[in-house]
Amino acid sequence: MLGKKVKSRIFFLVVSLVLFASIIFVILRSLEENVVYFLSPTEIYDNEKISFEKTIRVGGLVKMNSINKNETSVSFIITDLKKEIIVSYDGIVPNLFSEGKGVIAEGKLQDKKYFIASKILAKHDENYMPPEVSKALEKSNN
Amino acid sequence: MFKNFFPNKILSLTNKTINNLIILFIVILLVGLAYSLFISPPDYIQGDSVRIMYVHVPSSFIALGCFGFIGIASVFNLVFKIKLMPLLAKSIAPIGCAFSIISIVTGSLWGKPTWGTWWVWDARLTSMVILLLFYIFYILSWRFISNFEKANKVTSVIGIIGSFNLPVIKYSVDWWNTLHQPSSITLTSAPTIHHTMLIPLIIMFFGLIIFSLIIFLMKYKTEVMRFKMDKKKNFK
Repeated sequence: MLGKKVKSRIFFLVVSLVLFASIIFVILRSLEENVVYFLSPTEIYDNEKISFEKTIRVGGLVKMNSINKNETSVSFIITDLKKEIIVSYDGIVPNLFSEGKGVIAEGKLQDKKYFIASKILAKHDENYMPPEVSKALEKSNN
Repeated sequence: MFKNFFPNKILSLTNKTINNLIILFIVILLVGLAYSLFISPPDYIQGDSVRIMYVHVPSSFIALGCFGFIGIASVFNLVFKIKLMPLLAKSIAPIGCAFSIISIVTGSLWGKPTWGTWWVWDARLTSMVILLLFYIFYILSWRFISNFEKANKVTSVIGIIGSFNLPVIKYSVDWWNTLHQPSSITLTSAPTIHHTMLIPLIIMFFGLIIFSLIIFLMKYKTEVMRFKMDKKKNFK
């Protein structure tokens, strides 16, 4: 059905596509460290070569009842429900920063349990709903 | 079979059809905007800034979809040498390019009040910028390579290589830790957007699709005319 020329073109295309896809895969694999935007507390805990000098990012949930706000500084605990890291930060946090919600802190590790942040980003999840629905959900959960 | 069929048909496309589509677009857009700006509720955490979603999500989807189309057209073009493929792909590129810019700009505007930053280089945002670069690269190759056959080959290769970026954009939020949240609308599970917000999103989506269709038809007609005129010139 297909001509000889067309067949050879398909063959050539498939071979180059497979080659190209594997090259991209290898590149992304080797760049994994840079592609990942933040590390979870568990990943930091497990990583023995983690740098205390370099600026890194930690992400997870803000632990319930862990936020301590002073006039200019704030400290809280980032958790991934397995490991926890205490974060302290001087400055203003984003509006969406709140307990039980996602957060990413950029800064330096002091030790594996204590992190000084120079920047706080709020991460939000894929759920969108009106306030009434969220309240109703909370009620039915309690 | 459809070697010459479609290009000739497009030439008989009248302004009347376009005008009707424009009226339809305006009606859908007005309904969509009214719904997304006034009728739909604010989000329980984000408040009113969630309304940016009604432009951001459809734009991103169209930006990805257009390049997907260019990729498929490029494969068919290189393998089967179907003449209308390059003209189709060439006509669709500016639409996708415009919508990827809209997606990035609205995303940035949305990021400031929610994440607390205009921009970060996480996997989703970076791969979206790469898509925009591919669009620019693709469009410029058509513009600056004067020989049609040569431009056709170069742009097809760009189209195919750029398509590899599409699954990376789509799944970047699942494969790696990103600041960008995962998809709310997936094929495998129910959407995590409340229906009062999903409805305006779908209306806006259809509105922008019709807008893209209008631009595409106009551009495609122009491209077919230009192609035929160049052909005539070459015969003389």
